[in-house]
Amino acid sequence: MAHAQTTSAPGTRSTGRSNIEIFSYDEQITRLFVYATILWGFIGMSVGALIALQLPFPEANIGEYLTFGRLRPLHTNAVIFAFAGNAIFAATYYSTQRLCKARMFSDWMSQVHFWGWQGIIVAAALTLPLGMTTSKEYAELEWPIDIAIAVIWIIFAVNFFGTLYKRREKHIYVALWFYIATIVTVAVLHVGNSLAIPVSLTKSYPIYAGVQDALVQWWYGHNAVAFFLTTPFLGLMYYFMPKAAQRPVFSYRLSIVHFWSLIFIYIWAGPHHLQYTALPEWAGTLGMLFSIMLWMPSWGGMINGLFTLRGAWHKLRDSVVLKMFVVGITFYGMSTFEGPMLSVKSVNALSHYTDWTIGHVHSGALGWNGFMTFGMIYWLLPRLWRTTLWSKKLATAHFWFGLIGILMYVISMYVSGITQGLMWRAFDEAGRLMYPEFIETVTQVVPMYWVRLIGGLLYLGGVVMLMVNAWMTIRSAPKELPDPAYAAPVAPVHSGGDGRPGAAPASGDGTEERKDDLVEVAPSEAADASAASGSDAPGTKKPDGPGTKKPEGPGTKNAQGPGTKKPDGPGTKKPDGPPSLRETDDED
Amino acid sequence: MKRRFIKKDGIHRRLEGWPLVFTVLTTIAILVGGLVEFLPLILVKGSVDKIATVEPWTPLELEGRDIYIAEGCNTCHSQMVRPFRHEIERYGEYSKAGETVYERPFLWGSKRTGPDLARVGGKYPHLWHVRHMENPRSTSPNSIMPPYPHMLENDLDLSDLPTKLKRLRMLGTPYSDDEVQNAIEIAREEAEAIAREVEAQGGPEGLETKQIVAIVAYLQRLGTDIQTTSTAGSGASSAPEDVNASR
Repeated sequence: MAHAQTTSAPGTRSTGRSNIEIFSYDEQITRLFVYATILWGFIGMSVGALIALQLPFPEANIGEYLTFGRLRPLHTNAVIFAFAGNAIFAATYYSTQRLCKARMFSDWMSQVHFWGWQGIIVAAALTLPLGMTTSKEYAELEWPIDIAIAVIWIIFAVNFFGTLYKRREKHIYVALWFYIATIVTVAVLHVGNSLAIPVSLTKSYPIYAGVQDALVQWWYGHNAVAFFLTTPFLGLMYYFMPKAAQRPVFSYRLSIVHFWSLIFIYIWAGPHHLQYTALPEWAGTLGMLFSIMLWMPSWGGMINGLFTLRGAWHKLRDSVVLKMFVVGITFYGMSTFEGPMLSVKSVNALSHYTDWTIGHVHSGALGWNGFMTFGMIYWLLPRLWRTTLWSKKLATAHFWFGLIGILMYVISMYVSGITQGLMWRAFDEAGRLMYPEFIETVTQVVPMYWVRLIGGLLYLGGVVMLMVNAWMTIRSAPKELPDPAYAAPVAPVHSGGDGRPGAAPASGDGTEERKDDLVEVAPSEAADASAASGSDAPGTKKPDGPGTKKPEGPGTKNAQGPGTKKPDGPGTKKPDGPPSLRETDDED
Repeated sequence: MKRRFIKKDGIHRRLEGWPLVFTVLTTIAILVGGLVEFLPLILVKGSVDKIATVEPWTPLELEGRDIYIAEGCNTCHSQMVRPFRHEIERYGEYSKAGETVYERPFLWGSKRTGPDLARVGGKYPHLWHVRHMENPRSTSPNSIMPPYPHMLENDLDLSDLPTKLKRLRMLGTPYSDDEVQNAIEIAREEAEAIAREVEAQGGPEGLETKQIVAIVAYLQRLGTDIQTTSTAGSGASSAPEDVNASR
């Protein structure tokens, strides 16, 4: 890979001194994605609340276009692709630039990506209630929109890989590995599953039929969870968690092992969605086997995330960002234990087709994706808008509303799911079905549907609090928000592990940091790793200013001697941390 | 070796400096599993047993199936009876792979908020379905299903049918030339027959041009292509004879 590109990209300009160039990060694109995340989160979850009401109260099915069957795909698409999607784009655009010490490859592509993606979401919100759907879960959109998704995704990929190409940082940090896996795999899954022959603009038939269609769909469906809702969020975690905790990531080795095993094994697990169906049994068994194997790589991510707080658990007390992250990662751990469990045939026989599945996905979506997103937004708000968060109390209230909401949601669905599963299979002494009328098994769980609705409304209430907090915070932002300028040697620097350039930002940051509990430390991200392996020699410091950085030529890039490593900001602290912090370890 | 690989200055550390190689390796890692699971289903002949009695949908049934898809019925109703005694008792013979060879897309579903429909064909008279779609609570008290009264009012749009059959034939569904060319006529005739039967059972008149006849045609066909060994439906029959009583 050539790293030596020095041509001016947007936002880059050379200074008079030939070996220094000034560049900036595109922050506006992250702001846009944050706006979109909050807005679509509210809309997607409101639709969720409506369909949660429609189940116990069918009178809430209004007219022809707003029935449960048409709105349910709208809810899932809005939450997955609009809420979580915009969140991972915000995370990607924010962290990739900093991890590469380079502005995005093309501002123009960033804008097309943003507006194109919002256009796709609007198209989905219009076509699904109109009944234009392929029926394949999380891939319901018809072929013209599918093509638009592919095009926008390719633009995103070019923009992302272009940024990697012109990066000023030799090593790509673990968050970027997960982004790479996301971008590649989502493209493969989306194209593979959406292949269809059009009948008209709004209708198509898939090229696969029956068993093959089922297998391809769940290869896609399961791995949409893996590569749209897991890997990019792990990337988010690997960037923002160490930032918020001001600690390096727990273990570099663990991140290598769990990254490769996670992405390799995840793909195999799809057929566990089809246990006991007409799919050949070997495929279901294979899916089950790999699902169980997946448990450990998943927990590798959880451990790496949670243990990043080693020696810093006391920070949870004051930081709503860390509270959100810790709960989010904990729910990740719980749902990635639950998932393999549900894939086991004997458990699946009971749980499949019941509300247990719904509880499971919401523990992942509300707990892991939701809370990681909220944590990131609360961390980004004061930084992107160069002000302080409007209300910490409101943010803490959001946390508690959200947490209680999730618990009510998942517990009611577990109760309902297990009830359904047991009633469907119950026989009386004479060997006849105990509940031959299906409707009996429905009325039995209707009370749980009300509890679920209340839980969902609490969670939605938390999102409203976030909207208010974000609105008020942004109102107090300075009128002008120019991208801060940074200086770097013209030749890309292939050493160091710092997530951002040596120069202090020209504006912003400095003032609010002291007020905010979440002091941004220069370098925790790329510090990852070698910090965790504990071999950083003191004295190999990072230069304090841009001018002192050695402009290394590409020729030196493989000569990573110990002398060229790591900055020594707080991020590179040895894992054991200062003794004074160790004492608080057991708190919480 | 392993230590060396993930050691700080090991091979992996170098890999982190080569995003292109990293991306290629990632791509290989994510392709293996899918290919190993998918290729046998395509390459191995007989991985799906063909069933001689299973035939393609008639044009009207196909139209009904597409309405079923548009309404998202599959979000609450599965079409996949699992090989368990309690499911066979409740729904009928378990579903076979060979029954789904013309299913584009497959509609096995993932959730049973309502009952499985894989064997619903023939379980109730046409009129029951008409009443049930119009207002589910008229035939099944306490049902939480949304009502679909518009299916009795909206005209059935058959204009795409010839193209639909043509496309499906391209993909391998054995429709004859006659069926493709006269798809609309064939559908009209079937619609007529169903509408007459609904009338004969005491239902509303003039439904032959409405969406409801297509959905009834589709539902009545479901799961009937194979001879079921057990006489299905010892349960779940909320008494077809109640149909008229409920209104």
